[in-house]
Amino acid sequence: MFYREAGQYKSTYAADMAVFPLRQDRIGIAVILAIAFIGIPLTGNDFFIASVMIPFLVLSLAAIGLNILTGYTGLISLGTAAFMGVGAYSCYKLTTFFPGVNIIVLILVSGLFSAAIGVLFGLPSLRIKGFYLAVATLAAQFFLQWAFVRVPWLFNYNASGAIEVPQRTLFGLPITGASATPETRYFVCLGLVVVLTWFASNLVHGKLGRSWMAVRDMDIAAELMGIKLLNAKLTAFAVSSYFAGVAGAMMIFLWYGGGEANDVFTIRLSFTILFMVIIGGLGSLIGSFFGAAFLSALPTALKFGLPALGVPIGGATAEHVTFMLVGALIIIFLIVEPHGLARLWQIGKQKLRTWPFPY
Amino acid sequence: MNAHSTAVTGTPVTQKGEVLLSVENVSLRFGGVKAITDVSFDIRKGEIRAIIGPNGAGKTSMLNCINGFYHPQEGRITYKGVRRAKVRPHQAAAAGIARTFQNVALFKGMSTLDNIMTGRTLKMRKGFFWQALRHGPAMDEEIEHRKVVEDIIDFLQIQHIRKLPVGKLPYGLQKRVELGRALAMEPELLLLDEPMAGMNLEEKEDMCRFILDVNNQFGTTIALIEHDMGVVMDLSDRVVVLEYGRKIADGTPAEVKADQRVIDAYLGVAH
Repeated sequence: MFYREAGQYKSTYAADMAVFPLRQDRIGIAVILAIAFIGIPLTGNDFFIASVMIPFLVLSLAAIGLNILTGYTGLISLGTAAFMGVGAYSCYKLTTFFPGVNIIVLILVSGLFSAAIGVLFGLPSLRIKGFYLAVATLAAQFFLQWAFVRVPWLFNYNASGAIEVPQRTLFGLPITGASATPETRYFVCLGLVVVLTWFASNLVHGKLGRSWMAVRDMDIAAELMGIKLLNAKLTAFAVSSYFAGVAGAMMIFLWYGGGEANDVFTIRLSFTILFMVIIGGLGSLIGSFFGAAFLSALPTALKFGLPALGVPIGGATAEHVTFMLVGALIIIFLIVEPHGLARLWQIGKQKLRTWPFPY
Repeated sequence: MNAHSTAVTGTPVTQKGEVLLSVENVSLRFGGVKAITDVSFDIRKGEIRAIIGPNGAGKTSMLNCINGFYHPQEGRITYKGVRRAKVRPHQAAAAGIARTFQNVALFKGMSTLDNIMTGRTLKMRKGFFWQALRHGPAMDEEIEHRKVVEDIIDFLQIQHIRKLPVGKLPYGLQKRVELGRALAMEPELLLLDEPMAGMNLEEKEDMCRFILDVNNQFGTTIALIEHDMGVVMDLSDRVVVLEYGRKIADGTPAEVKADQRVIDAYLGVAH
């Protein structure tokens, strides 16, 4: 009724193979982009943009990275935070060596270092699968986290032992450092996330994405189609770590802005991103956004939203209530739909299509 | 159906083409278990070659050797006149050997269309960065291969399920999609492992027709394992019979049917 494809004829394969073949979906994505690029900067206050939207965007990108590895290729990784850290520290070193190069370029380049490290730690995936691979990627988590603290060259021998984000500008506007406004940082984050999500969507709809999913679903048959398992798995590790690395660089340079950055890339963050992917929906890009919104934006909104709405609870209590609510919601969602929020979204669209009839 | 080969080619069935693949004195052991012992046979270009035998005779192991999943300890496998060293399955695929599995091995989370498109992987050449853009040459390539895939979908009459995830399809259709995925590779040698297992009569007849059509229209050489003797006798040009890992007979269906050792193997023998 509200969401019907009747009358939308496709006369070319290109139209049929589009990422959004339905007109309603194309309108929907345009509306979402308009809200993101125009609505939120106009209406949101600094707190909302800096503490809800920027974390949401950064973590979405990291979740997309892990989803490519775990959701599309079926390889579990517990080293996401470490790969994010590689991106952050590479970006710091790069901007130290090349202060003249635009920071956005450096953020994108730093993902390549993360990709290389990801491939290195992805090598065991040819031999081991499942939980054992998860344990093997833990090695990356622990080793890299150790390196971030113990190798002073990585943080330029700072006394604080942390990344000190320098001020960098784009068209004269500061986009990193203390004087960058939340709005400019938000626009940079949004631009990077939109472009990289578009790349990810293209990849998973093409030959490489099909190879990844083939390896996930039935690796023996995939090999028989001429897919080299080593190549497919390592490209998945590379692309996944690239996204994680860019997200990590964005996290330090555009979200935290330095400070206590040396202890964020912990196993706790790795698990949080894994939960985002599972709750959002394995093998779904939009699910990555849902998962990130659920586990990053919702707690913040609850924590600060409840007192702001006039619910008479203090800050500490609000935090406890948030933990309880989010925990309960995770359990409820996983019971209602084990395939994640993305599947709920699909079911909702199907209901809208057939309403008011059940089928 | 037996008439097809003589009717179409006009030549006696035993003299089809040169040897495409030959298996010589192959033995395969798993520790102390002898799966295949000293088996030799050949597959000629353009024929339908059946491999039959009771359960546990080593038929699937034989296909796995040809595919490169197993590496026999002894013997030679020569493909297109070249003796193969240890091949990996993806090298066998690149050489033009496709395969379907006894228990359907489809990519369950993907649609029918994507499953068959995966069969085109080896034919697609555009690199990573074009794929990331999904415009220009990469999109042209996708469309070009989509056309081939649509032809296969038409051929197998599965238009109505092209966008459905294969995990939810009934068994008979899954087998058909799997055949489609193998055909998308445009193989020279197609290995079918029990393509009709678990099907009802109607589905079996459909599948027989597809196999004959593939053989006739595309000239694909087919090696098939099947337990339904009626199907084997009707479809195949030549039959090789295995029992306990050894070859006990090889020849035309009529010859094999009359062979005393084959009758003993299938019906049992009084001691």
